[in-house]
Amino acid sequence: MGTVAAPAAPMAYGKAVVPRDWTWPQAVVAGGIGLFLLAFLVVPVANVVFVAFVDRASGGFTLVNFQDFLANDIFVRSFWNSIWVSAMCVVWGTAFALPLAYFTTRFQFRGAILVQTLGVVPLIMPPFAGAVAMQLLFGRNGTVNLLLGEWFDINIPFMEGLNGVVFVQAIHYFPFILLNVSAALRNIDRAMEESAQNLGASGFRLFRRIIFPLALPGYVAGAVLVFVKVFDDLATPLLLNVREMLAPQAYLRITSIGIDDPIGYVISVVLIAVSVGSMWISTLFVRGRDYATVQRGGGGLAKRMITGRDAIMAYGVIILILLLVLAPHFGLLLLSLATVWSFSPLPDGFTLRHYERVFFESGQYITNTILYAGLAGVICVVLGVAIGYLVMRTRVPGRHWLDYTAMTALAVPGVVIGIGYLRTYIGVKLPDGTSMAAFWFMIVLALAVRRLPYALRACTAALHQISRSLEEAAENLGATKGRTVRRILVPLMTGGIAAGFVTSFATASVELSATMMLVQRTSDAPLAYGLYVFMQSPAGRGPGAALGIIAVVIVAICTFLAHLLVEKDRAPADR
Amino acid sequence: MTRKTRHTPATDAHAPAGLPVSRRAATFAIAAGLASLPSGFASAQAPSGRVTVVTSFSNDVTAPFKRAFEAAYPGVTLEVQNRNTNAGVRFVQETRSNNQTDLFWASAPDAFEVLKQANLLQQYRPNAPGIPERIGPYTINDPGGYYFGFAASGYGIMWNERYTRANRIPEPKEWIDLAKAEYFDHVIMTTPSRSGTTHLTVETILQGEGWEKGWRTLKAVGGSMRQITDRSFGVPDAVNSGQVGVGIVIDFFAFSAQAAGFPVKFVYPTVSTVVPANIGIIANAPNQAGARAFIDFVLSERGQTLLLEPAIRRLPVNPAIYARAPQGYPNPFTGSIGLPNFRFDVGVSERRYRVVDALFDQLITGQLEGLKRVTRAIHDVEARLARRANVEAAALVARARDAIAAMPITAEQAVSADITAAFRGGSGQNRAPRQAELEQQWSNFARDRHDEAQGLVAQAARLAG
Repeated sequence: MGTVAAPAAPMAYGKAVVPRDWTWPQAVVAGGIGLFLLAFLVVPVANVVFVAFVDRASGGFTLVNFQDFLANDIFVRSFWNSIWVSAMCVVWGTAFALPLAYFTTRFQFRGAILVQTLGVVPLIMPPFAGAVAMQLLFGRNGTVNLLLGEWFDINIPFMEGLNGVVFVQAIHYFPFILLNVSAALRNIDRAMEESAQNLGASGFRLFRRIIFPLALPGYVAGAVLVFVKVFDDLATPLLLNVREMLAPQAYLRITSIGIDDPIGYVISVVLIAVSVGSMWISTLFVRGRDYATVQRGGGGLAKRMITGRDAIMAYGVIILILLLVLAPHFGLLLLSLATVWSFSPLPDGFTLRHYERVFFESGQYITNTILYAGLAGVICVVLGVAIGYLVMRTRVPGRHWLDYTAMTALAVPGVVIGIGYLRTYIGVKLPDGTSMAAFWFMIVLALAVRRLPYALRACTAALHQISRSLEEAAENLGATKGRTVRRILVPLMTGGIAAGFVTSFATASVELSATMMLVQRTSDAPLAYGLYVFMQSPAGRGPGAALGIIAVVIVAICTFLAHLLVEKDRAPADR
Repeated sequence: MTRKTRHTPATDAHAPAGLPVSRRAATFAIAAGLASLPSGFASAQAPSGRVTVVTSFSNDVTAPFKRAFEAAYPGVTLEVQNRNTNAGVRFVQETRSNNQTDLFWASAPDAFEVLKQANLLQQYRPNAPGIPERIGPYTINDPGGYYFGFAASGYGIMWNERYTRANRIPEPKEWIDLAKAEYFDHVIMTTPSRSGTTHLTVETILQGEGWEKGWRTLKAVGGSMRQITDRSFGVPDAVNSGQVGVGIVIDFFAFSAQAAGFPVKFVYPTVSTVVPANIGIIANAPNQAGARAFIDFVLSERGQTLLLEPAIRRLPVNPAIYARAPQGYPNPFTGSIGLPNFRFDVGVSERRYRVVDALFDQLITGQLEGLKRVTRAIHDVEARLARRANVEAAALVARARDAIAAMPITAEQAVSADITAAFRGGSGQNRAPRQAELEQQWSNFARDRHDEAQGLVAQAARLAG
């Protein structure tokens, strides 16, 4: 411990620079976060998942359930299928995200904010509605295949099997990479780029050797989120009837064989282990290198003009990508305006009455959603900044455990959180005598806990890029630690914080699985619940789609505002 | 929507059909006597305030009931909480220590049985004159008085007319029609382990045709499946949007789709069953009077008549209501659907419930790819044999069909103590197999039989030339 202060050598390794140990305020914050995670993540989940380790006959501890998992070829095959699908989603997600991120942050680009906003929209795929729309467009008898069949007599199986899952998931989750890479690109000092140019690098070489490596923490943060999210995602495989992946297997076991079936939880434990494992590998990957650039006055990459053929190419690529990734929402829009849409390229007719019905019946869903998802987003970024700071800037004992624990939330199925909350808090009475589990704020907490990993990764990536010397300078000038965080770190992290907030908010606004368990009164229900109710009947498909479109518009507006905030924040520096 | 939740198989009873009915008959007499009072004995304490009902029924069903009930009882509000059956049962179980729910209202009888076994329902004697004891092979009400059938639904085949016309598929009539070559890759169903009503259909086929022949039918139809989905609503959804042509569904999915304007049709096959949908009062319901009033309302003539609305379209349990139904409305009391003489053996169904689910999943759902491959090969050879007969090849195809139809366990084994215990959480003590081990054995069995059948068909194909 004491030898860390040795001079010279550590300069390249950010970690070793901190010479002092932890302080009491830091420990108090860490303890508070620890308690929060314990109360709203660990205990509720443990209350449900312990079944994996219990012998069904004797009630004692056992690992025999894990043996059964390994001995069953469906589970083993599901495991490798999940790994393959997740990896392919990262590949395709990268292909979608990098051009969008690069062009919009690197060049003077008309409509950059619009592109950034539209790029986030795919993340908001309302449950049920999104999949129905995708089937109507890309399914075996969807628009595209009906037209292809008519013109060329061919049928492309976009939505079949594992490839279908990759197709849908890559479109759905690539914004994680887009957001994090964009934030990282904005944080790169233009001096780096200029030096490289002075030394003769340009074009793709400049990107490959200088810009991308400097943005690597952001990319890795996004890519690992995509990987883990796809690995744990349940809705898409289920809706495409792909059963041989791990998350659907867990869900099917728990919901059809029963909540006490151990195999379902064995799979959940495997999901959690793989998620935490990939996170850990990703931190190893960026650890030991220094991504921080000291000079912040330049404020991000120089935005250069793009003209002529390059401009046309860039716009072409962007429009093509946007067309593809926004297709589900286009389908949803058509569905929300359709009278009947069945076995035909386009709906039979168009109408506005679905919107009319939704506005009359569902006002409270919309306000509840903004309230819940907004609060959840705020909780996420506050905790994300705090945990990120503790991990990367302090030596509080157990800080890495906070990080790992928070990340496990990514792999916990929503229904497990929901049941865990009911089980843990139904007996706890609030002052007015009602149960704590019935309190609407519990929905907010469930939403926040499951999205904490997004915000945490985004904040950590942002911190990676901020040189410690800036804080040391502030402290040398007499600022306290708290003041340094407030006045130096947080402002410099704005991009990452906004990325974290947007991802948390956007995904929370359409979350269903945990909500479904916790909603106790229609007046407290968020939009996703209303959507579920509508989508359960044939007559409700149109109104459900309309509600989905409203959700998308709300989140898009909020995202747009968040981007405006970020841009405004750096506008003076950019001139 | 009709997903079921099953805790332990021990609780998997359906409304046992054979239990004493005399007490229930007496109940009816009392209820009928009291019915002369304005709203039965529930009015001893006038309902007021909020009545909370957890339901799996869609807005299309609940909204008309909510409107009519609130109009009949001014000052009462009906708070409808939509949850799928599974989540609903779980919710009631998890909130028992501080229950805020008055009623549970859903299709699957087994969900009610789970709640009843866990002492989460309370007894009541509804004030419901004119409702008989049975509908089809089922008793309408729980003999213990814990839950009550309020509507019935039948299972059948639904198809998208635009799709069948475009693909030149004939209209199906019976289950076995779906095994024909024309239907190959055009059919969708829910797996029985995910849908209580599909389970009952499978069990009905097994009881109606016998264990061996029933599984033969199920596997032959299984070979035509485009998909076997895990969401009950996924089936009507796929048929409505024309993604798949033909679906095995519960009747009201098809009727409400028709009401919404989708180009779909529906038929009840001969071997069919009607299943009651139920309602019951949750133990320690905060609003007792309100809960009782709602049950009485649902079972009253007014409530029963609401079931005839086009968007709801379920079969009333009060036979008198059918007089008001439109022409051609199916009536289970006159035998216009289902087998009038068929008696469903609830005891057998209950004992092998989980075994049948697991068999279907391991032999059909989990092996769909192999099953479809060999089914397609058989269709090919049979098409060639139809043009040019070959006795030897035909015999090989018959052997291939036998191989597919083979079962890893007999009907007796399916209800044997060893196997049913494995599905109740036995953990391999006394050398009895665990559930996971059995499932693996069965899935291997099916894979081997499909390989064997594939080999036989390949030989037949060479002979058929």
